[in-house]
Amino acid sequence: MFDLRELRRARSVAEAVQLLADHPEARLIAGGTDVLVKLRHFDGQFRHLVDIHNLPEIKFARLEGDRLMVGAGLTFAETIDSPLVKEYIPVLGEACATVAGPQIRNMGTVGGNIANGAVSADTAAPMLVLEPELLVSGPEGRRHLSIHGFHTGPGQVALKRGEVLFGFSFDLKKLAGLGACYYKYAMRSAMDIATIGCAAGVKMEGGVIKEARLALTVAAPTPIRCPGAEAAALGRPLNDETMKNILAALEGDIKPRTSWRATREFRVRIIKALAERMMRAAAERAAGRVQP
Amino acid sequence: MTMVDLKLHVNGKDVETAADPRESLLEVLRGRLGLMGVKEGCGVGECGACNVLVDGLPVDSCLTLAVWADGKCVRTIEGEARPGGELSPTQRAYVEAGAVQCGFCTPGLVMTTSAFLERNQHRLNEITREEIKRAHAGHLCRCTGYEMIVEAVEQALGREVKGAGECRPAPSLAEKHLTNERR
Ligand code: FES
Ligand code: FES
Repeated sequence: MFDLRELRRARSVAEAVQLLADHPEARLIAGGTDVLVKLRHFDGQFRHLVDIHNLPEIKFARLEGDRLMVGAGLTFAETIDSPLVKEYIPVLGEACATVAGPQIRNMGTVGGNIANGAVSADTAAPMLVLEPELLVSGPEGRRHLSIHGFHTGPGQVALKRGEVLFGFSFDLKKLAGLGACYYKYAMRSAMDIATIGCAAGVKMEGGVIKEARLALTVAAPTPIRCPGAEAAALGRPLNDETMKNILAALEGDIKPRTSWRATREFRVRIIKALAERMMRAAAERAAGRVQP
Repeated sequence: MTMVDLKLHVNGKDVETAADPRESLLEVLRGRLGLMGVKEGCGVGECGACNVLVDGLPVDSCLTLAVWADGKCVRTIEGEARPGGELSPTQRAYVEAGAVQCGFCTPGLVMTTSAFLERNQHRLNEITREEIKRAHAGHLCRCTGYEMIVEAVEQALGREVKGAGECRPAPSLAEKHLTNERR
């Protein structure tokens, strides 16, 4: 049995917000693949839960004008299978496919992957590249948060207590022409946590890089974008010289550390190798990409 | 905690049971319904020994609250064999390929294989080894070294697959296990 004191089922996002307001000690549980593991290890912070598992209200993927709305309650497997995700933001589905194993992907949610603030979250790098607005509901109503700055520290995010992340809103106009891809470097090809995760998004115009977005996980205390490397790419053709400059600038963007998984030096090497590969692959995709 | 009533459809049969909201699906299946084919290995979603199908999808029952399965269709290894005890195509393939040694990982793996075959029914002859490995990556096996398991799945590919995520009619073994387990 799990070391639970209270489990309160919310039948809507509004009810979840209400329950969290009424029970300030309570935390949210959605897919359960993190929270239940913590409870199994007797983590006292999760003894009071508000349950939004499988809540239909937050299981959506739909177009609203120029925006693609994705519910925080979609499991990784549902995200992978979503035709809209495949069509407009395939990199998100590709990242979901690298999470753990099939059983976990059938339970864990995209919202949970971002809201739990993990520095290794597989969806964090593609989200930083795709730049959705985060749809948040709380006691004071709804607000939109930027993905930039959402991760505030290891396991920390910009959600206030009592707030629920219920979805993501992608601006398809801004994503038009963007080629994007993600690579997870880990010790094993499944059931593992990223040693480094890297996502890149590139727009090309007239043979030069018109826009570059480069995001990394486990390269700093939070998932990051790499403004230095991106600036070094802008307006240049994607050749060896540009790549050299990008990788040199990248050193200023990252702060990897040594852990039992890998040393700092090893991480720096992997980061550079992945950054180069992902930039090139993203540029290729951008070139082949039909404008939505 | 106050007990709750759960209605499950387990291995083709409607089952009602009271459960503590703190219980995992694994605990309810084993402890209250007597389905001992569901194994607990790690208890934290790493090994897949506890894998069962909920509405046709493989999930780690150790990381599933039992209350989440309320109203759902659950399939365990006890529901695999056909009425009369004839092994399912997946089970036969595992036996013939020598993919069972101590057997602790087997119930979970067989359920994943059956779900995998059902989901890919329309394209069985396109399935690659790599795909088989990916689909079974959520399972640890300490005995076989995995080669025989992949071979078992390959053998099962050539056979008729039933179910397509649906609950099959109640097989006899499950009926035996499911009676009078309400506490
Ligand atoms: S016992 Fe559930 S995954 Fe190991
Ligand atoms: S047969 Fe022993 S763990 Fe797989």
